[in-house]
Amino acid sequence: MSSTWSHENQQRAEEVLGKYPEKRSAVMPLLYIAALEHGYVSTDAMREVAELTGLTPAQVQSVASFYTMYYREPVGKYVVSVCTSISCYLRGADDVLAAIEDEAGILDGETTPDGLISVEHVECSGACGGAPAVSVNWELIEGLEPDKARDLIKWLRDAKPEVVFGDEMQLLFGGRPSFDWGPKETEGAIAPLPAFSPYGTAKGEKR
Amino acid sequence: MTTSILLARMEAHPSDSNTIARYLDTGGYTALRKALSKMDPADVTAEVKASNIRGRGGASFPTGVKWGFLPPDTRPRYLVVNGDESEPGTFKDRMLLERDPHQLVEGIIISAYALDVHQAFVYIRGEYPKPARRLQRAIEEAYEAGYLGENILGSGFDLEVTVHLGGGAYICGEETALLSSLEGRRGEPRIKPPFPAIEGLYAKPTIVNNVETISNVPWIVNNGGAKYAAIGPETSSGTRVMSLSGHVNKPGDYEVVAGLTWRDLIYDIGGGILDGRELKAWVPGGASAPWFVPGEHLDTPVTIDDIAKHGSMIGSGAVIVMDDSTNVVGAAHRLVRFFSHESCGQCTPCREGTTWLERILSRILDGYGRPEDLDLLLDVSDNISPGLRWPPAMTTICPLGPSATAPVVSMMRYFRDEVEAMIPGLGDADPAPVEDGEVADGR
Repeated sequence: MSSTWSHENQQRAEEVLGKYPEKRSAVMPLLYIAALEHGYVSTDAMREVAELTGLTPAQVQSVASFYTMYYREPVGKYVVSVCTSISCYLRGADDVLAAIEDEAGILDGETTPDGLISVEHVECSGACGGAPAVSVNWELIEGLEPDKARDLIKWLRDAKPEVVFGDEMQLLFGGRPSFDWGPKETEGAIAPLPAFSPYGTAKGEKR
Repeated sequence: MTTSILLARMEAHPSDSNTIARYLDTGGYTALRKALSKMDPADVTAEVKASNIRGRGGASFPTGVKWGFLPPDTRPRYLVVNGDESEPGTFKDRMLLERDPHQLVEGIIISAYALDVHQAFVYIRGEYPKPARRLQRAIEEAYEAGYLGENILGSGFDLEVTVHLGGGAYICGEETALLSSLEGRRGEPRIKPPFPAIEGLYAKPTIVNNVETISNVPWIVNNGGAKYAAIGPETSSGTRVMSLSGHVNKPGDYEVVAGLTWRDLIYDIGGGILDGRELKAWVPGGASAPWFVPGEHLDTPVTIDDIAKHGSMIGSGAVIVMDDSTNVVGAAHRLVRFFSHESCGQCTPCREGTTWLERILSRILDGYGRPEDLDLLLDVSDNISPGLRWPPAMTTICPLGPSATAPVVSMMRYFRDEVEAMIPGLGDADPAPVEDGEVADGR
């Protein structure tokens, strides 16, 4: 185990390694845990994942650099991802992105100087029926109109929630969803990576 | 006009269709009990074969035939469920995972029993943490209830299921790329053959099936393959969850039986075009599919074969509707940009071709198009996929590159005049804009 990691993250890593017949398969989940540890997928993070999986650091970097969700540069506490693929484009996603950029005072791909918010455009989020869609740390909001998108940025800036919950943001800022979401979710995201236990940021707080 | 097999539970019990209590209360896990106590693995496979179900991920390959490719003697074998759903316009697997995860879990257990698999994986795209959480909770409930783990329901059959999250890469929906990714590599597709059924995960025989495909297995086992085959046309049997998006009044996931017309789907089920506008075109089966237009296709049937006959595909069942206000170059650019971004970079025609298609469309959109760009778009497309036919000719390991030509060729086939009108010197386009003294064709 990488001894510099928190006890909790070491346990997460151990659990992940136990889930696969071959250690190498754990590289993607371990990269998420490393991102949780370091705030992003730093060079040290990739080295530690290499140590855990028996790969070379170069092999781990080759994997991390292939995927878009492993941020290899520091990002904000909240990564706001605006879907601009075809279905969202047809329903006004470019206006949503422009509103978010304007309200956050940064451009697509940038992070606010205080390190709070990053904005990025992403390819299809799988929320096409609820277009336009935006997610914060991969917690989804559907049917987000430009005015509400501004409100979302203001809310992140003022409330600075420790955990972001899709249901809460959908209620506050969202519109028509792709489908009825059904029961409320109890887990949300505490960092800019998918909130999925054991690798990600799931936190079992009741909403 | 819709039929509920897969969506029945979530429609009847919206507040708790994802829980094991509701699942059991509505007939859940009876198919598993039936399979384990009264059927041999070969009987289960025979029912799936008899159902004629074809894969719901995009390629529409007959599931029973795929299962039949496994070499008889090699062990271990793996079952990998493809929940990477990333085809623009598609959001059906997300709903199946969030709203009825036990239906998938039961399908996985029965399928694994049929295939003599003891370790299954579900690969879910990284952007779907909530669907992954819902599925993980269902898996944990199934372990507690004795439906997973060792000696399931006293049958002697063992199965472990692992949920694996992706990292944001469309290409991992391609089955060999998915397996590369699951092995901890870059998500690059592999040359076939060998097909995954022969050499898949860790070079062992592996069946890769879509979430929706496997979610149908409990119903097939409960009711029999023949009954499933009797739903809809022979070569498009069963129901299909279609994702409607774009300029329709009622976007959403709808479970339909093949054979209805596009008019039924877009105007009746989808509630017609937004704001009373006119329909201009639609993508019938996800971003990769060539477009359809009302003048030629509105009253043709929605079946796998009819769509193929008209030069497109049902793909992942994603219907993207464009109204008459749509800028076709803008739409084509957005589709091509997707493929350009998602190209894994292994094959030159795809890597370079999608990049150039995007750049050319981009300059036309910005008012810098050149008259020769019309032919150039088709020439680049022809270099990616010679002949510009459908299904596309392949110069690449996987179909991503050839798919990127579909929106370009569709745009040029149906709306060439609109493209011309945007090019300075052709049609009615204004002269190219000049910014800060730069030469207009400076790009």
